[in-house]
Amino acid sequence: MTPAAAAAPLADAAPRLRVTGVRKQYPGCLANDDVSLTVQPGEILALLGENGAGKSTLVKVIYGLVTPDAGTIEIDGTPATLASPAAARAAGIGVVFQHFSLFHSMTVAENIALGLDTPEGRRDLPARIRAIGERYGLAVDPDRVVGELSVGEQQRVEIVRVLLQDPKVLIFDEPTSVLTPQAIAGLFDTLRRLRAEGRAIVFISHKLEEIRALCDRATVLRGGRVVGTVPVAGASVNDLARMMIGQDMPPMGSDHAGRAGPVRLSVHALRLPSDTPHGTALDGLTLEARGGEILGIAGVAGNGQEELLAVLSGERPSPEADDVRIDGQAAGRLPPGARRKLGLGFVPGERLGRGAVPPMNLAENGFLTAHWRLPLTSRGFIRARDRAAFADRVIGAFKVATRSRATAAQALSGGNLQRFIVGREILSEPSALVVAYPTWGVDVAAVAAIHAALVDLRDRGAAVVVLSEDLDELLSLSDRVAVLYAGRLSAPIPRADCTPERLGLLMSGATPLDAVTEAAHAA
Amino acid sequence: MEESLWVAILIAAMRTATPLILAALGELIVEKAGCVNLGVEGMMLVGAVTGFAVGLTTGNFALAFVVAAVAGAVLSMVYAALVLIFQVNQYAAGLSLTILGGGVSAFWGQPWQGQNMTGLQPTVIPGLSDLPVIGTVFSRTDIVTWAALAACVAVALVLTRTRAGLILRAVGENHDSAHALGYSVRGVRTLAIAFGGAMAGMGGAYLSCVMTPLWIEGMTAGRGWIAVALVVFATWKPARVVLGAWLFGAVSVMQIHGQAMGLAVSSHILAMLPYLVTILVLVLISRDATRIRLAAPGSLGKPFKPA
Amino acid sequence: MLPRLVLRLQPSALALYGAPVIALIFTLAFGYVLFASIGRDPLAALHAYFIAPVNSTFGLSELLLTALPLALIGLGLAVGFRANIWNIGAEGQLLLGAIGGGSVALALWGEGVPGTFILVCLTGAITGMAWAAIPAFLRIRFNANEILTSLMLIYVADQLLGYLVHGPLKNPQGFGFPESRLFSAEAQMPLLWDGTRLHVGWLLLPVAAVGIWLFLSHTLAGFRMRVGGDAEPAAAYAGFSRPGMIWLSFLLTGGLAGLVGAMEVAGPVGQLLPTISPGYGFAAIIVAFLGRLTPLGVVLAAHLLALILIGGENVQMLGVPSSVAQLFQGVLLVALLASDVLVRFRVVWSTPARRAA
Repeated sequence: MTPAAAAAPLADAAPRLRVTGVRKQYPGCLANDDVSLTVQPGEILALLGENGAGKSTLVKVIYGLVTPDAGTIEIDGTPATLASPAAARAAGIGVVFQHFSLFHSMTVAENIALGLDTPEGRRDLPARIRAIGERYGLAVDPDRVVGELSVGEQQRVEIVRVLLQDPKVLIFDEPTSVLTPQAIAGLFDTLRRLRAEGRAIVFISHKLEEIRALCDRATVLRGGRVVGTVPVAGASVNDLARMMIGQDMPPMGSDHAGRAGPVRLSVHALRLPSDTPHGTALDGLTLEARGGEILGIAGVAGNGQEELLAVLSGERPSPEADDVRIDGQAAGRLPPGARRKLGLGFVPGERLGRGAVPPMNLAENGFLTAHWRLPLTSRGFIRARDRAAFADRVIGAFKVATRSRATAAQALSGGNLQRFIVGREILSEPSALVVAYPTWGVDVAAVAAIHAALVDLRDRGAAVVVLSEDLDELLSLSDRVAVLYAGRLSAPIPRADCTPERLGLLMSGATPLDAVTEAAHAA
Repeated sequence: MEESLWVAILIAAMRTATPLILAALGELIVEKAGCVNLGVEGMMLVGAVTGFAVGLTTGNFALAFVVAAVAGAVLSMVYAALVLIFQVNQYAAGLSLTILGGGVSAFWGQPWQGQNMTGLQPTVIPGLSDLPVIGTVFSRTDIVTWAALAACVAVALVLTRTRAGLILRAVGENHDSAHALGYSVRGVRTLAIAFGGAMAGMGGAYLSCVMTPLWIEGMTAGRGWIAVALVVFATWKPARVVLGAWLFGAVSVMQIHGQAMGLAVSSHILAMLPYLVTILVLVLISRDATRIRLAAPGSLGKPFKPA
Repeated sequence: MLPRLVLRLQPSALALYGAPVIALIFTLAFGYVLFASIGRDPLAALHAYFIAPVNSTFGLSELLLTALPLALIGLGLAVGFRANIWNIGAEGQLLLGAIGGGSVALALWGEGVPGTFILVCLTGAITGMAWAAIPAFLRIRFNANEILTSLMLIYVADQLLGYLVHGPLKNPQGFGFPESRLFSAEAQMPLLWDGTRLHVGWLLLPVAAVGIWLFLSHTLAGFRMRVGGDAEPAAAYAGFSRPGMIWLSFLLTGGLAGLVGAMEVAGPVGQLLPTISPGYGFAAIIVAFLGRLTPLGVVLAAHLLALILIGGENVQMLGVPSSVAQLFQGVLLVALLASDVLVRFRVVWSTPARRAA
């Protein structure tokens, strides 16, 4: 299975990359504390850890973006001073970022030229981009504008840019989070080819199955410290999970099915052009969410997610009133406030800055949307005491770790803020709740709590729509899953009939019929 | 008779457009790097007063333009410091620059208030001046008018054909990505802002040394703001800056030639025209919000906070 | 040792109110150096600038009179700026208020209608609102940048006033000077304090300040404006209509600025002139920022700015150009914006660890 060159990394040779004793203190948070790791030539090392464990900080240190308080980095046994990304690139380090460092209005060639430091490297660029693409199975058209590419293609641009520098060490920061299962398999092929060439690869992820499928060893980070480094071959998913979170994985998702009731939220054959550059138009999108069910919406980013969310929340009114219905009432042309009065709750993907006002305190942030459904004002004046009581109720019921309701939203950790926002929406007693990316960047304990709260809301008869890029999350939480592709939503598939392969095919644009036959083929 | 009037209008329009072209090209580069500097009016005023002072005392207009450019660039560094170091809202910082520039120029220019001088004269090129119409245009326009057009070509070439232009656009398009790749966002922006200041300073000097060779407090009369509007009107494309500036030049010239053209309207009403046209043009161009969003640099006006 | 900025998780209240003090001290220090550099005794000049003008009851009344327009416009701007809505054209709205109010005063000239001044003020407020409605409408309907449109309208208003005092509203017995008749007594603002120029319009100041305070800190509409300024996407998400905020802030500021314009021509000026305002509309921008966009702060800041305006006139006696007032305004605003960094950031002095290589 694995190429011969990679079969036995030489443990006694000087490692390609050696990181020793890296420490980085941020205000109120020790992001890296005495972090050490090594990667051999022809090895894929998994860097494993929860959100907030310090993985991203370590990448920034290795790439010269962040100066550590202490620690050294060696390449092939030689100490390297990495004061800038250019120095890191010169030393042979390349990074494929999770949030790509791309420029959407520029062409692929321009984007790649920006990542190359020497004029020689930029000569005959289009031809070299094509050559690299052929060699590693990463075809991209150098003349296309990046904003018009799919997320998977954008990742290819990012990888080609790194490969053009012929790096010795490659770091991939959560590269699979934006891909379909099939595209992940393709990426893994590319990674294995790179390993076979003797390059050292650091693969960052918190998805244990992927690590077991790809990596040779795993270094686990928790709370900024290295918990241990283990060979992947001997470790079970449970072992890795225990190392990562320090305890057994709490139960996630839903352990029982919901009971579908009347339709609470629906969109009917909606067509709407996008209003953002490089956006996706909704192209006859139909959605029906029933009370007592969790409807999952899967899809690769950039297939109309932002447009669908804006249409559901009311931030973008639709042309006809009948296009969107809440509890049977026509709501297509209503603004967000009126929709909330009809029973809609909404948790946006962007927490700080959209779901919450960063400098405002929790009392004010609770009031932000709750005042539409709860009596927190009278005659246009704010009832300060009721506002405070509501915030306290959310903090208590959802175990938000905060000193008081007077704390600013921006002072909360990602997980705590998400608990507060989800709690605020649920305690507003919605009959239909739309949640975008509920657990993105959230710690495991908060994920479990948020999932439990959504299941509880469903069991009380509300419709819950969860939009997520994380297929595992959708498969464990939803009663039915529909796939968003190119502005259209597939017919929902009951959870029992869902497999990652089947959803993956739909996510890459196969028709439902293809998906069934292909999946049957694979089985 | 008829023809000479039109030629006169053409020449006046070109001259009126020159300070706008200079200032707007500078602002265009600043905005391409991701910053909106609303202090153009203040920088033009400082350029106008320093240019006038140097022109009056030395008679050397090349030196006057250089000093005005330096003065504009120095003032622009106040904006750069506020925005890039002190993380001040870009609009507020630009406004403060306009107010500060107005104050500095008024205070420092007090000794010359209301004085005039013989300004920079058109360059006569032997032979060329004898041609009909074109010759008249050449013999009655100055070198700066042509230099401004050359600057427009240069800016367009730098933006589209050079690596410096690519990096500048990258910083304005997505400052987080540019930072992640290791480009100095602050460094690039500082240079762009200084360039914008220098161009605005020269635009001001053109007013006080060439167009109306005198100094009066607040003599820019909103031209700095019109330059900012021109950048939006041009949807961040240098060539359209020139077109827009000529349009404004033509409208402004109606003031002077209105009577000759047989318009029996109060000069006050005619003086409103450039401002009303600016509003009209802004409305027409901004109507299509998606188009503006596509054309505008992605990070325009957003604060840069490296993690 | 290098200073580094570290984002505060909670904005510092001490720095919030300390920043204007730092800015003021910096401006005074700047003044000291400036006066010394042009060969004046700095302390004497600063005394002549900041103390002498208010050393008499008349001087004090002039301070109150000058602070009134600054405070009223500043209160309106504070509400808009809180919501990140940039009405820079208050000066033009003031001029339109003067034109509207002045036209009523001249139309009723010699008619002897008691209380004409009330009508003058109301008309001024309405015309100011109407002028402010233009950039608001253009923003909402056509997405046109309100900063540029409201600013352009200042120059248009200025020319309009020039046209009127040179033409239709020129005093027929005025020997051709570009000015209107003096308003008749009923159209002039009744005096509040005999022997001074302070008029009853001043009574509106506490009313407006308390009203704006109640609005911003205790009403849902005020909360919406604050959310709109702190995080526009959050306001959109919460269903707070942006057009509503734009209308509200423009009409409020336009109304207040128009009222101010009418009270100026019906008060200390007493007629329409080509120049009515010494830049109140611009100075009020500084007032709003200096006052931390809070009502009490704006009122205090207005009096400081009024002192800067009056002091500029006073130091002319020492041979210092009056434009020094403009210079002080610019320096004060820049210093304030720079000091504001302390509100949102902590300054940490640290030696970056040299990477042990």
